[in-house]
Amino acid sequence: MNPQQQRVVSVIVNGREYTGTVPTRKTLADFLRQDLRLTGTHVGCEHGVCGACTVLLDGQPVRACLLLAVQAHGARLETVEGLAAADGTLHPLQQAFQQCHALQCGFCTPGLLMTLKAFLQENPAPTAEEVREAIAGHLCRCTGYLHIIAAALQAAAQLRGERA
Amino acid sequence: MKPPRFDYYDPHSLDEALALLARYGPEAKVLAGGQSLMPLLNMRLVAPAALVDLNRLPDLAYVRVTPAGLALGALARQRQVERAEAVVQGWPLLAAALRYVGYPQIRTRGTVGGSLAHADPAAELPAVMLALEARLVLSSQRGRRTLPAAAFFLAPLTTALAPDELLCEVQLPPLPPRTGHSFQEVSRVWGAFALVGAAALVTLDDAGRCQQARLALTGVGPVPQRASAVEAALAGEPLDAERLRQAAALVEQDLNPESDVHASAAYRRHLARVLAQRTLQAAWRRAQEAQKA
Repeated sequence: MNPQQQRVVSVIVNGREYTGTVPTRKTLADFLRQDLRLTGTHVGCEHGVCGACTVLLDGQPVRACLLLAVQAHGARLETVEGLAAADGTLHPLQQAFQQCHALQCGFCTPGLLMTLKAFLQENPAPTAEEVREAIAGHLCRCTGYLHIIAAALQAAAQLRGERA
Repeated sequence: MKPPRFDYYDPHSLDEALALLARYGPEAKVLAGGQSLMPLLNMRLVAPAALVDLNRLPDLAYVRVTPAGLALGALARQRQVERAEAVVQGWPLLAAALRYVGYPQIRTRGTVGGSLAHADPAAELPAVMLALEARLVLSSQRGRRTLPAAAFFLAPLTTALAPDELLCEVQLPPLPPRTGHSFQEVSRVWGAFALVGAAALVTLDDAGRCQQARLALTGVGPVPQRASAVEAALAGEPLDAERLRQAAALVEQDLNPESDVHASAAYRRHLARVLAQRTLQAAWRRAQEAQKA
């Protein structure tokens, strides 16, 4: 194996360890989808603009299309597959998206959910304006964004333990 | 696979990284945050023989206050810099401008040094470095040299970096007391590159006159520019809104923007004047507050 062309990559995704041999030029998004079969992470523009592939790398939101899989070696990743509880109970963000009609086709949803998960951990009581800035790096062609902002605020209230 | 084939290296020391750059020269690309390089690779607009990834060099990810000011390592992330208390307190212009760079998810990975080395003519940070009179430390196996930011940007996507050199540190001198700042830009949507952006610093003297004004613009030419006619018209002068408006209008003497698909030259000139006025006003207000404090 030429280490400049191919590497063994070990990552922890949603608490589970995965190891695979990947070409060094493979993006993290393609590694997640094609090698690990975690197809919840969507791939849209593949140059960092649309936000669909956003995942958490050691807790921070990043574009999986702008990272090489080899760069994630040793890292802890979170993807949309890890949001719901083991028994299928949806995460408060997912529940709020459903209740507020914050998705239609669902293509942008995984990325938005991951960005908002990290954002609400950092800022548990955001204003609508702060939510707008947080999700500016995501394109949604269905909702017009207003329902996404409403869902984020509702989930924030629920995560704070308030009744929305 | 999206990117073309390349040899990937993740050196574990700066010496190792510099040796790789010496070996590959113009055939190598340095991968820092990757937020500009990875799109170019994914679109196959670049096809380097080797990629030298700095991300296994955490020693370069520093934001440090030194006797000479602030030092940012090559791997200092934009988000990290934006939030560093030393930056917010001592170099608030940089923190303010970083908010306009891409999106939070981009700034998580993107580095300050990477943005400068990429030298996009519409990027925010190159203009900010001109305003802050940054000094850039370039390293290679041949040694180290330090360049003022004004000598670093040569043409769109082209800098003074030799093929075997790495931009390893950005140094910002401290700002004088009674200095106010402002960064503003106009872009088509939040997070997009600026059509035009302006960075202003206004320093007042004891009597409240303008001791020094600095104004740097992005998006108005092949490289970021200081607006020297505007700065000269304000130095030593008592300030009021009208004088700032008149000085800002001189920005058109300093610039010669070109038309492109995003905006006409006339619109860019208009934006430059408006943003010059707004940023100078805002910086002046902050300088007055600093004077009272």
